[in-house]
Amino acid sequence: MTLAIFITLAIISVLTALMMVFAKNPVHSVLYLILTFFLIAAQYIMLNAQFLAVVHLIVYAGAIMVLFLFVLMLLNLNQDSEPQKSVSWKFSGAIAAGMLFVTFIGALKGATLQGPEAPDPHVGLVKNLGHALFTDFVVPFEIAGILFLSAMVGAVLVGKRDIKL
Amino acid sequence: MLDIVRSVPIEYYLMYSSILFCIGVFGVLIRRNAIIVLMCIELMLNAVNLLLAAFSTYLGDAQGQIMVFFIMVVAAAEAAVGLGILVMVYRNTKSTDISLLDKLRW
Repeated sequence: MTLAIFITLAIISVLTALMMVFAKNPVHSVLYLILTFFLIAAQYIMLNAQFLAVVHLIVYAGAIMVLFLFVLMLLNLNQDSEPQKSVSWKFSGAIAAGMLFVTFIGALKGATLQGPEAPDPHVGLVKNLGHALFTDFVVPFEIAGILFLSAMVGAVLVGKRDIKL
Repeated sequence: MLDIVRSVPIEYYLMYSSILFCIGVFGVLIRRNAIIVLMCIELMLNAVNLLLAAFSTYLGDAQGQIMVFFIMVVAAAEAAVGLGILVMVYRNTKSTDISLLDKLRW
């Protein structure tokens, strides 16, 4: 049963990801990518990584994709007639990605995991991750805050029309 | 013990993440719209995130999920700065076509 749910979610998300790449209209691409992100969040829930599922939905579907959609609307790119790459370029891109995939499959085929017999199922809960984040990983956590601050300053600086320093 | 650890082999997660990552690479290679290229990069990051979370759950170790959290932080910062640069490029070239941005090509 679990395997069937996993495979169904995986197939649908691969299809939506392909639709994202092939959609002519950029807004359709964004919407397909949001669908893919929701399916990946469902995978997180199946892995009992509840904290990650919620953060994934808030950050990706809630913030990043809204930002993408906002920029698309701002630049008025909501049209089907965007420039396309030539057929030979698309063909070679498909071959390159296919070669990469074959390499992955060849390297990872038959991989097994020597893990514990019964791993702790509560590892992905908010309580455990919050405790780890504020004890063992508190320095990276603070540095992430500084990174956000610098990204915010950088985005404002890049977006300004005339900068007088 | 979680039901998924018993019924889904880790190999399936490896295959699934590889497929998503390769779709992202494919999109970066064939699309000319810079926004779509950024979105494909987000898809590649997500494929890696999912694999990290799967290994974390299968090993019962929280460090993989902490790593995913930090990758999400960096992805959010990257999207904000990247889209800011994109708006700037659009203001100068009136297009988001990455083929026009070849001034630094030798």
